[in-house]
Amino acid sequence: MAEFASPEELLEAARRAFAAGFRKMDAYSPFPVDGLAEAIGFHRSRVPLIVLIGGILGCLGGFFLQYWVSVIDYPINVAGRPLNSWPSFIPVTFELTILVAALSAVFGVLALNGLPMPYHPVFNVERFELASRNRFFLCIEATDATFDLDGTRKFFKEVGSQGIYEVDF
Amino acid sequence: MAANQQNQPAEAGDSLPVIEPGHTFGSITDKISSIVLTGRTPWFWYVGFGLSFILVLVLFFCIAAVITIGVGLFGIMIPVAWGFDIVNFVWWIGIGHAGTLISAILLLLRQKWRQSINRFAEAMTLFAVACAGLFPLIHLGRPWYFYWLLPYPSTMGIQPQFRSPLVWDVFAVSTYFTVSLLFWFLGLIPDLATLRDRARGRIPRFIYGMLAMGWRGSAIHWHRYEIAYLLLAGLATPLVVSVHTVVSFDFAVGLVPGWHSTIFPPYFVAGAIYSGFAMVLTIAIPLRKLYGLEDFITMRHLKNMGMVLLVTGMIVAYGYLIETFMAWYSGDIFEKYMMMNRMFGPYGWMYWLLILFNILIPQALWFRSLHTNVIVLFLIAISVNIGMWLERYVIIVVSLHRDFMPSAWGMYSGTVFDYGVFAGTIGLFVALLFLFIRVLPMISIFEMRELVHEEEAKND
Repeated sequence: MAEFASPEELLEAARRAFAAGFRKMDAYSPFPVDGLAEAIGFHRSRVPLIVLIGGILGCLGGFFLQYWVSVIDYPINVAGRPLNSWPSFIPVTFELTILVAALSAVFGVLALNGLPMPYHPVFNVERFELASRNRFFLCIEATDATFDLDGTRKFFKEVGSQGIYEVDF
Repeated sequence: MAANQQNQPAEAGDSLPVIEPGHTFGSITDKISSIVLTGRTPWFWYVGFGLSFILVLVLFFCIAAVITIGVGLFGIMIPVAWGFDIVNFVWWIGIGHAGTLISAILLLLRQKWRQSINRFAEAMTLFAVACAGLFPLIHLGRPWYFYWLLPYPSTMGIQPQFRSPLVWDVFAVSTYFTVSLLFWFLGLIPDLATLRDRARGRIPRFIYGMLAMGWRGSAIHWHRYEIAYLLLAGLATPLVVSVHTVVSFDFAVGLVPGWHSTIFPPYFVAGAIYSGFAMVLTIAIPLRKLYGLEDFITMRHLKNMGMVLLVTGMIVAYGYLIETFMAWYSGDIFEKYMMMNRMFGPYGWMYWLLILFNILIPQALWFRSLHTNVIVLFLIAISVNIGMWLERYVIIVVSLHRDFMPSAWGMYSGTVFDYGVFAGTIGLFVALLFLFIRVLPMISIFEMRELVHEEEAKND
C-alpha cells in the first residue's frame, strides 16, 4: 500500500499501475475523486438498475395494493362510481414508487459495497486512519498476477509515493 | 473577517466565497470534527439544551394529559374541528421542506453553496417532520389506533379509503420521513468514518465505527456512492414537491370556502419552501456565531438563502392575491363572504398581521445593505416563521369558523394545552438539534474537502 499527498498524484499513480498490468487493487481517498474508479478499471455500476427495478416494483405494488383493497377486499360503492377509481390512487402509487426506489438505492449501494464490514485488512496500516482526513492511498493486493513484493515496492517509489506499507492480513 | 462582512455591504454577490480561503483538507476535518469530539461541551450547549428540554417536559405533560383525559382539553369543537393540531402539523411539515430542497434540488442544480448547510438542514427536516407527525397522532384522540390508517388484513375486515387525501397524507409524510432519513444517513457514512478514525476514546470509536459500517473510502465504493446519492436526490426532488401538494389536497379536496381552490398545491409548496428557508436561517445564524463557523457558512450562504426567501415569498404573495381575486371573480356568495370575513371579520387582525409578517417585512430583502446584514436577516427569518404560522391559522380556523350556515357558526381559540403542545414541539425540535450538533458533524466534512479541492483547482 502506498501513500500520496494529493488526489492528482493518486490518480496518476492509479493510471500507471493499471498500465503496468496490476488489476487487483483499490484506491482510497477522503472524498470522491473524479475518474479514480475508472483508472483502476471499474466502469459499470449496477446501482441505477437496482434503483429502476425498485421503482417499478414500488409503483406496481403500490397500485395493486390499492386496487386489491378498493376493488377486491373491501369494495365501497360510492354513488355508483367505478371501484377502480385509478386517478385517486396516483398519489399513493407515486409515494410508494419513491419509497421503494430510495430504499433500494441505499440498501443496494451498501450491499454492492459489502457494507457493513466490521473488519478489513487495510485498517491494520496505522497511517490509514488519515484516509478519512487528508491522505490518499493505493493498495495493490498480493494475489495480483503481476505482484511481487520488491517489484511493486519499486513501482510505488517510481510513481512518487510518500510512504509504502505492507498490509497484514 | 465575519465582523467586517456584517457591517459592510458586499460589492458583488457572486464574489463572496462559499468557503473562506486558506483551508486544507486537514484543517476542515479538524475544525468540524473537533466540535463533536471535544471533551468539553460549551456552556451555551448546556443552556440551550436545558431550556429546550424544559419545553420537552411540558410536551410530555400535555400529551399525557390529552391522552388520559381526552382531546376535549384542546379548543377544538364544531365547526372548528381542525384547530392548532392541524395548523402546527402543516407549519412543521412546511419547515421540513428546506432540508430536502437544499440537499436534493440544489445538488441537481449544482449549487456549490449548499454544501456547508445541507447536513444540518437535513437534520432539521427530520426533526421538523417528527414534530409534525406528533400532531395528527395526538389529534386522533386515540393515538394507539393509528395503525388503522395502514392497509393490513385485519380481523375487522375493513380497509382504509384510498380515495381520501387523509390516507394519501399518511403515505406522503411517512415516505418523506423515511427518504429524508436515508438521504441524511447515506450522507453521514463517510463522515462517521472520519469520526471513527479521529475519536480517541474506546466507546466513541466503537459507536462511530459501528455506524460507519466499515466505510474505508475505496474508489469503487465512492463511485457507487455518488451514483446512489445523485439518484436519491433525483427521487427526493419530486417527493418534496409532492408532500406539501398532498397536504394541500387535505384542504383543496374539501368543499369549505377558503379551502376548495386549485391554487393550493403550488402555493402550499412555495409556502413550505419559504418557511423552511426561514427556519434554516433562524438556526444557521446563531449556530455559525456560537461555533465560529463563519469560514464555512459564509455571507454568501446567508445572502443566497435570503434571495430564496424573497422569491418564494413573492410566490406566496401571488397566492394570496389570486385567492382574493378568485373569491371576487367566482361570484359565489360563500366565497365572497369568506374573503370579507377573513379580512374584516372577528379574526381580521390575524390576516393583516399575516400580510405584515409574510409579505411586507420580507420586502426589506430587496436592499443589499439589508440582505447582507446578519441581524436583519435573522429578524426577517423570525418574521416569516410567525407569518407562515398565521397563514395556516387563517386558512384552517378562519375558513372553518363561518362556512355555509350562519346557524352553525362559532368561534375558536386555543387552550393552554394547545399552546403547551405547540411550545413543547418547538422545545423538542431545538433539543434534538442540540443533541445532533453535539454527537454528529453538523457540516458535511467530505463535501467540504471536495469543495476545497475544486477551489484549489480553480485557482491554479
